[in-house]
Amino acid sequence: MNRMSDPKVDSLPSRFGLGKPATIAQITPLDIDVRPDGQGLPAGSGTATTGAVIFAAKCAACHGAGGVGGPNGSLVTTTPAPGKRTEKVIGNYWPYATTVFDYIRRAMPFSQPGSLTNEEVYSLTAYLLTANKLFDEKAVLNAQTLPKVVMPAQKLFVPDDRKAGPEIH
Amino acid sequence: MVKPASDGDQPAKPATITRRTLLGGAATAAVAVVQTSFAKGLQIGIPQISDDPTKQMGVPPGKVGTRSSFEKLAKNASDISSRSPLQDLYGTITPSDLHFERHHNGVPAIDPAKYELLIHGLVERPTVFTLADLKRFPSVSRIAFLECSGNFRTGKETMSPQEICGLTSQSEWTGVLLSTLFREVGVKPGSNWFLAEGGDAALMTRSIPTSKGWNDAIIAYAQNGEALRPEQGYPVRLFLPGWEGNTSVKWLRRLELGDAPWQTREETSKYSEGIKGGKIRQFSFDIDARSIITFPAYPVQIQKGWIEIRGLAWSGRGKVSRVEVSTDAGKNWKLADLQEPILDKAHVRFRHLWQWNGSETEIMSRVTDETGYVQPTFAQLIDARGADTGGYHFNPITVWQIKPDGRVLNRPENFR
Repeated sequence: MNRMSDPKVDSLPSRFGLGKPATIAQITPLDIDVRPDGQGLPAGSGTATTGAVIFAAKCAACHGAGGVGGPNGSLVTTTPAPGKRTEKVIGNYWPYATTVFDYIRRAMPFSQPGSLTNEEVYSLTAYLLTANKLFDEKAVLNAQTLPKVVMPAQKLFVPDDRKAGPEIH
Repeated sequence: MVKPASDGDQPAKPATITRRTLLGGAATAAVAVVQTSFAKGLQIGIPQISDDPTKQMGVPPGKVGTRSSFEKLAKNASDISSRSPLQDLYGTITPSDLHFERHHNGVPAIDPAKYELLIHGLVERPTVFTLADLKRFPSVSRIAFLECSGNFRTGKETMSPQEICGLTSQSEWTGVLLSTLFREVGVKPGSNWFLAEGGDAALMTRSIPTSKGWNDAIIAYAQNGEALRPEQGYPVRLFLPGWEGNTSVKWLRRLELGDAPWQTREETSKYSEGIKGGKIRQFSFDIDARSIITFPAYPVQIQKGWIEIRGLAWSGRGKVSRVEVSTDAGKNWKLADLQEPILDKAHVRFRHLWQWNGSETEIMSRVTDETGYVQPTFAQLIDARGADTGGYHFNPITVWQIKPDGRVLNRPENFR
């Protein structure tokens, strides 16, 4: 399957000349991803106070008032009910704060994906980080401050180190 | 663990039936209006059920074939997924309309004439490819399974293979090797990862090691001889043989080459699993070897005498080496017959003849793959990972209880 290690590869042209060069105008609107180091974060900013209002209007129906409960799961750390497993939420499981911004911007609200402005996404991210006690409620969240938020679960994440073979992992 | 199924994604089925006369009334055929996934009516002729089909004209050939109305194959759908009826299938190819589904905000309708794949980032030539462009490249076809890494359910005796692990299916996938496109755009040194992004309403994204792209990744536009089904990513999806299904991003619209993973929601808060020591394992791509007896299995009831035990086995790390079957609750194991050809990272059909004497027992199968990995028991898995492992990459031996009256029931495991 691997053409790079296949002798036939020498009979293939190095390029077929198919496709068109992608212009900046074509790339920019699609290139919305955000990395943990903050690369890709847009201009703009938000605060938890503004985020709380947006959350109540657009998010609480699925994720519960204050981000706890709701049919599509909690987003905020809380004390687990007796006998219940701890829910995996932003505050105790997500390893990178930038993921919160990226995911809200690309997929939320579920019924109106892509409808939020960057300011609204910053505000919602600030609200959720504050509710999880990871960000100062008075502080402004932006492209500089968001990547600096250290998530408690980050130190728990390890890459898959399993090797093929008999061992059960 | 057990989630009730809703009717949300049930496949097309006949709705209203009306009569019409064919050939001057010499014969009649029912016409069923079948709802397609885009809710447009499609007329399909279905023969009237007759006491003697030899005394009645059949229906003429049609533009598309239909499944016999006597066959009641159906996926088992929830709001977010739809499971293949493994216990009702033969051989190893899953009919395309019964391939499992898992999506994150519905099935988008994408016009193939407007479709574009953008490849950019750490490349010499950022490029946009149309569907026609992709089809002009040298093509490959490969038979391989696709499985959701969350493909494990337990909790009650009345569970079929479809309910336990129906999020695995197999197809012949056709497309262009991603390595061909990598050469075309000129991947730059230092590009260790790429981001694959879907054109669905969730803009699904996963970070994939670039090495997988060079190795055997396919940019697929066809499945089992025809264009991809919309539920499978029409017009174009990524297909990563042997890797957890979530990485084979559907409705693919963009690939960005980069030097590090993006840490998307899917690869952090979702497709990661707790392991021992309180750690969380991430980027666990390979699908671990697994097998399941699909006959006899709930809900069938068996009778004394010869029974051909049948099932499926697979490994994301290579070929299946052997499958063993136990009919005495795991005390003794016998080699099952494997149906040729045994393909790399593919479902394999196994069979084992058994004479049931009517006494209560348990039957089960376990696969060994070419790396020497032997499918573990549920207890072995929990012992290796800890009790808080979650349901990803959970591939234990499935045990079927045979009752004296011939009922075949799942043996539930104590999970969480």
